[in-house]
Amino acid sequence: MGRITLDKVSKSFGDVEVIPPLDLTIEDGEFTVFVGPSGCGKSTLLRLIAGLEDITSGQIRIDSEDATNVPPAKRGLAMVFQSYALYPHMSVRKNIAFPMKMAGIDQAEQDKRIDAAAKALNLTDYLDRRPGQLSGGQRQRVAIGRAIVREPAAFLFDEPLSNLDAALRVGMRLEISELHERLKTTMIYVTHDQVEAMTMADKIVVLQAGVIEQVGSPLELYERPCNKFVAGFIGSPKMNFIEGKEAANLGATTIGIRPEHISISTTEGQWKGTVGVAEHLGSDTFLYIHADVSPNETMTVRVDGEFSARHGDTVYLTPRAERIHKFGADGLRIE
Amino acid sequence: MARSIAPRRKAINTLLAWSIGFLIFFPILWTILTSFKTEATAIANPPVFIGFDWTLENYQAVMERSNYGRFLWNSIVIAGGSTILGILIAIPAAWSMAFVPSKRTKDILLWMLSTKMLPAVGVLYPIYLLFIRMGLLDTKIGLMIVLMLINLPIIVWMLYTYFKEIPGEILEAARMDGATLREEVIYILTPMAIPGIASTLLLNVILAWNEAFWTLNLTAAKAAPLTAFIASYSSPEGLFYAKLSAASTMAIAPILILGWFSQKQLVSGLTFGAVK
Amino acid sequence: MATQQSRSAARLMMAPAVVLLLGWMLVPLTMTLYFSFKKYLPLRGGDLGWVGFENYARFLTSSAFWPSVQTTLVIVGGVLAITVVLGIFLAILLNQPMWGQGMVRILVIAPFFVMPTVSALVWKNMFMDPNYGLLAHLWKLFGATPVEWLSQASLPSIIMIVSWQWLPFATLILLTAIQSLDSEQLEAAEMDGAPAHKRFAYITLPHLGRAITVVILIQTIFLLSIFAEIFVTTGGAFGTKTLSYLIFQRVLESQNVGLGSAGGVYAIILANIVAYFLVRIVGKNLDA
Repeated sequence: MGRITLDKVSKSFGDVEVIPPLDLTIEDGEFTVFVGPSGCGKSTLLRLIAGLEDITSGQIRIDSEDATNVPPAKRGLAMVFQSYALYPHMSVRKNIAFPMKMAGIDQAEQDKRIDAAAKALNLTDYLDRRPGQLSGGQRQRVAIGRAIVREPAAFLFDEPLSNLDAALRVGMRLEISELHERLKTTMIYVTHDQVEAMTMADKIVVLQAGVIEQVGSPLELYERPCNKFVAGFIGSPKMNFIEGKEAANLGATTIGIRPEHISISTTEGQWKGTVGVAEHLGSDTFLYIHADVSPNETMTVRVDGEFSARHGDTVYLTPRAERIHKFGADGLRIE
Repeated sequence: MARSIAPRRKAINTLLAWSIGFLIFFPILWTILTSFKTEATAIANPPVFIGFDWTLENYQAVMERSNYGRFLWNSIVIAGGSTILGILIAIPAAWSMAFVPSKRTKDILLWMLSTKMLPAVGVLYPIYLLFIRMGLLDTKIGLMIVLMLINLPIIVWMLYTYFKEIPGEILEAARMDGATLREEVIYILTPMAIPGIASTLLLNVILAWNEAFWTLNLTAAKAAPLTAFIASYSSPEGLFYAKLSAASTMAIAPILILGWFSQKQLVSGLTFGAVK
Repeated sequence: MATQQSRSAARLMMAPAVVLLLGWMLVPLTMTLYFSFKKYLPLRGGDLGWVGFENYARFLTSSAFWPSVQTTLVIVGGVLAITVVLGIFLAILLNQPMWGQGMVRILVIAPFFVMPTVSALVWKNMFMDPNYGLLAHLWKLFGATPVEWLSQASLPSIIMIVSWQWLPFATLILLTAIQSLDSEQLEAAEMDGAPAHKRFAYITLPHLGRAITVVILIQTIFLLSIFAEIFVTTGGAFGTKTLSYLIFQRVLESQNVGLGSAGGVYAIILANIVAYFLVRIVGKNLDA
């Protein structure tokens, strides 16, 4: 079981309140991602749940038991760190065995679990190596293995993929998702990468300056961002924002339209502009356009497949009306 | 990447460095050479460098005159004991400072170091009295305690700088893995810091071995280490260079050899974290 | 990574070291203060009652006091200057490409391992003796009259002996620091047209700042309390009496504990003045 409840939890360092009181419930078996720009308090929040930092006020419950003052060792949670935090002086086997050794699990059971974890994570051939002799991806897997064998109530991941190169990151992302499907254990995953959030999460928690901006499934956040910040943060490439008359016509201070929800034509359309840069990826074409409606910021347009355009070409853009997001002066969504 | 250096310049560097190195080492070399001379050759004019009849008679004489073995044993016990005692007390303190730093950490470290600046003579008599009262005068355990105390700030500081290099996340991982504080220190921190702890041990053995104020003033016959053994040769009653050299060689040889073998680790420790 | 629990654990784990050092500092200090206000002659009647500040006044006005302070500062300053300057020179030299660098390092570090009593005895007898010392032979070789080092040039001689002991320490720390200097910085400066001496002044020397600080700090701590070198060589004669040695004589040789304790308090004050400046420099330079 692994239902984690935060009840009016806040955190201050000295006089600085990094997390104002917040409530959050993470259901058993859920894959929850904390996402936000760096310094938004997402790692701090994870460390509060882990017990590596004291909360300043409020209560943390794990499976409805008050864990607020329980030391990290006793919370039954496992954590995978950004730097992997493997024990450099121990072999992979000993690294994975360490939490079981601390828990006093007998040797036969330890070996059984190590073998199972090693098999699942493709580490069987590396059990007698030291972490220093492994590649980044392998180290990551050892860290995960060390977490699995404890059979924790929940896994905590602190930006676990940020030290890997791009190709490896995609692979590990899939592995972690698959692991979750298999174990059905609660996972809390911290990242600044919204792609990771979108692809992995059951539930995304968007944080900014210690405040929860929105909680929801990836598609809810994509389709109905509750404010300008979430709208801009979720989705790639970023949503285009247009202010002024065009927005006022629709009864909003700002309107937002995603690059994939704009159609482009060389002959006619709603908004006129000139092409700044065109990126041809084959599968898609990204166009960065200086449009008349958005004089201060270039607009991004995504076209499926190839679209031939060059710097300086005049193009016309048409947003899909039902996909326009409207925001008021306070940045909140207008329905 | 390193550029190729003109061989001539390399030769000049080599010659200069070796000459200076030789000059610095010469007093030790000369002492060792003299210890194998007869007393007459030792003061010969002009001095003889290599071409003399090597003899071990001085070593025999020194052994007969005083019980070298006991002095050596005292030195080993006192230097080793004070260092181990110091490390045991310093590891937890250094852990605290490195991993749970507070605003006062730096002040405490500097304060500790400043206790080393208190002039020993200023407190010699009180310590002397306390030692008499507690029956510690001329005992190995007494000296161990004193040398541990005077070197403790250095030990704490060195360990602190080593510990600070260890990423806190690894210790947190241990905590998440269910390790208690004691297990965290024993299974994770200490093995990871072995090189640092080793060089701290070494430096303190050397400092304790060579300490010559407390060892001279708080010992008499029983617990006197090699510093006292050699000081007994400073009496002016007839100087015998060869025997003095033999005694000196015997006093410094153990630590010199230890030091040479471990100079790499030692140097990294000596920088007190000021140099990466 | 600080929770309430780890913070209280930290306090607990720091306690033994702090308590021991506090005791080591306070107990003898209190006793020294106590004795300093007494006439206390252990071999001539023992405790002869309170005398107020008489010991302080006597110690301060004794003809030996100010010279001893001066001697202390000259020795500390002299050794620091020599070891730092020569240390920088040697460190730069040893950092050059050469054959057998490891062996030279071993030769250079050796004096650091020699106990002060031994080095003082060896220098005094085998090098500085005006009749049989090696330096005397060298002087005669050039037809000069041998110098009576420890009486005619006593202070420079002691500074030389102590510098010989501490030069390895300075050299090795500075060498480590130089080796950590990014060579690209020097190459960039060379590309910018800076000549060798300017590269040294503007890049190497500032880079060595922290290392020099450590050398000065650690050496000062040890140099303020040098004892064996003076005890063995001159016994405090010929103007080599440091404050420490003067107190040592008052307490142990004249057995005047009251007077010696007052001197001890002065020495502590002097050490604190030095410590104050050092800590200010070091505190800035070390991210302790």
